[in-house]
Amino acid sequence: MEVSDIIRPENQVFCKTKLMTNTALSYCPGCGHGTAHNLTMEVIDEMGISEDVIGVAPVGCSVLAYDFMNIDMTQAAHGRAPAVATAISRLWPEKYVFTYQGDGDLAAIGTAETIHACNRGENIVIIFVNNGIYGMTGGQMAPTTLAGMKSSTSPYGRDIETMGSPLKITELIANLPGVYYVTRHAVHTHKHARKAKKAIQKAFENTRLGKGLSFIEIVSNCNSGWKMGPNESNIWMEENMFPYFPLGDIKVDGILKK
Amino acid sequence: MSELKLMKGNEALAEAAIRAGVDGYFGYPITPQTEIIEYLMAERPELRTGMVVLQAESEIAAINMVYGAASTGKKAMTSSSSPGISLKLEGISYLAGAELPAVIVNVVRGGPGLGTIQPSQADYFQSVKGGGHGDYKLYVLAPASVQEMADFVEDAFDIAFKYRAPVLILSDGLIGQMMEKVVLKPQKPRWTNEELIEKSGDWAVTGKKGRERNIITSLDLQSEKMEARVRRLMKKYEQMEKEDLRFEKINCDDAEYLIVAYGSSARISQKAVELGRAKGIKVGLLRPITLFPYPKKALFELADQVKGILSVELNAGQMVEDVRLSVEFKVPVEHFGRTGGIIHTPEEILEALEQKIIKNGSIRHHKTRESSIL
Repeated sequence: MEVSDIIRPENQVFCKTKLMTNTALSYCPGCGHGTAHNLTMEVIDEMGISEDVIGVAPVGCSVLAYDFMNIDMTQAAHGRAPAVATAISRLWPEKYVFTYQGDGDLAAIGTAETIHACNRGENIVIIFVNNGIYGMTGGQMAPTTLAGMKSSTSPYGRDIETMGSPLKITELIANLPGVYYVTRHAVHTHKHARKAKKAIQKAFENTRLGKGLSFIEIVSNCNSGWKMGPNESNIWMEENMFPYFPLGDIKVDGILKK
Repeated sequence: MSELKLMKGNEALAEAAIRAGVDGYFGYPITPQTEIIEYLMAERPELRTGMVVLQAESEIAAINMVYGAASTGKKAMTSSSSPGISLKLEGISYLAGAELPAVIVNVVRGGPGLGTIQPSQADYFQSVKGGGHGDYKLYVLAPASVQEMADFVEDAFDIAFKYRAPVLILSDGLIGQMMEKVVLKPQKPRWTNEELIEKSGDWAVTGKKGRERNIITSLDLQSEKMEARVRRLMKKYEQMEKEDLRFEKINCDDAEYLIVAYGSSARISQKAVELGRAKGIKVGLLRPITLFPYPKKALFELADQVKGILSVELNAGQMVEDVRLSVEFKVPVEHFGRTGGIIHTPEEILEALEQKIIKNGSIRHHKTRESSIL
């Protein structure tokens, strides 16, 4: 029996969703972006909405998300994805519109667009990948860089006195009346990824029901930017990121969790 | 059906936008253009045509909303005034780079900085020389009346969709704020989604129903691809110069002297031409209606006929550079303009023509300049 006799469609028990293209990911090995992309595309595929979805790519590591996600996408200026998504959703209310943004994009340069799109309760999904660093430009301090954490622009560690505290924008957003669903997840283990996928599905269901804004934060690693191996970075993330950015639901069905 | 009304320039533009079947307007208040969003909000176009009107959190958000709307093939527009347009320039560069059709209106006020809320034409350079980053140009329409504020909305969208490129309507506080009679065109229906997909389905992001996915981006990390994109843009601009240049000649047939002016300055200069003619001065007016493309050839040809040219602008001297470039130093070219929100009178313009051009007509100092450059 040859290998080609075994690798046949009828023997396949699991495969990459067809909504991920065959383009090789530009992400570093060990990075969580690939999994976050995959989960998003799986949800869209399983919900059967791939022909009615419009995604908005940010500036940052995931600027090329449109190379990997096999759906209609538009690429926004740095931080402006929620404004871009607002207009798309307003003019095509029957479509599923989502943004996929990193922490620098969403919580620094795009803070105003993020807060106001959330406050207007736009009927969109925001997927926010928080790895506490600017990955694309080579590891500079982000709004979510932890206190004392080193980066190329905080080489002696983030000094709270002069650089401010890491921004918990997700908690901030959850307090806005227009926001319907806010949850924080991770994707570094199968267990976490399964939970994250359920959250993404709930978010797109909310769009279907016209419930307003759903916001999913994915706390992720950046092994390159953090100057660590993939496994080491995941352990560091659990020990350092999760205590400051605790996983779990923050607001469900418009009601803040106690 | 058509209607005759007495309206402010800003209001006429807003009403014309509804009647042109625009899908979305995204704006932010700034004097002297705020009547545009105020009029649209009061008119409830969502009930009249289904047009979406949204007050954004900033000019930056507004232009990016236009980018999002334009990505989907809808007719989208925004308006602002000078400081607000500066904020929009990143988004305008993205629109040009991503080859998206959209209309931007600048009701210009004086600058730099917060400047003044009074009329000005000091955004000429910003409008025609790029403004934002990168190799791009805007098709720029300069209305000189309330009627043109209304008419240019539809014209601008026609050009925007013909070329898949952003178009700028460069007005100013005078044209925006003044009231004149205006003939409003009958209501055009907005495109249905089916019509839109038929028209723009090969590029717009509308959900990939029955086709391969579409992507809107201005990013090309491969240099060859980026250069190809820039070349594609330059080709569009060449075509605009060939097919969509617009200008108006007034009293030019026998002119010995020429005034070049656009927008509100052209309106005032037209009176200066009348005053000059009454005094026996054979003066004509060339009014560029599009500032890009620019009537270079018409000016080059007129330079063989006239003894001197005065560029009249509400600024410290911007378009005068393009006039000089167009006539290639064949005749003296001087600038006259007021700044700070002061509007020149026809008498001042005529006096400037007499002092700067007619009196100095025999001194061909531009020839000297030419030789010093060579």
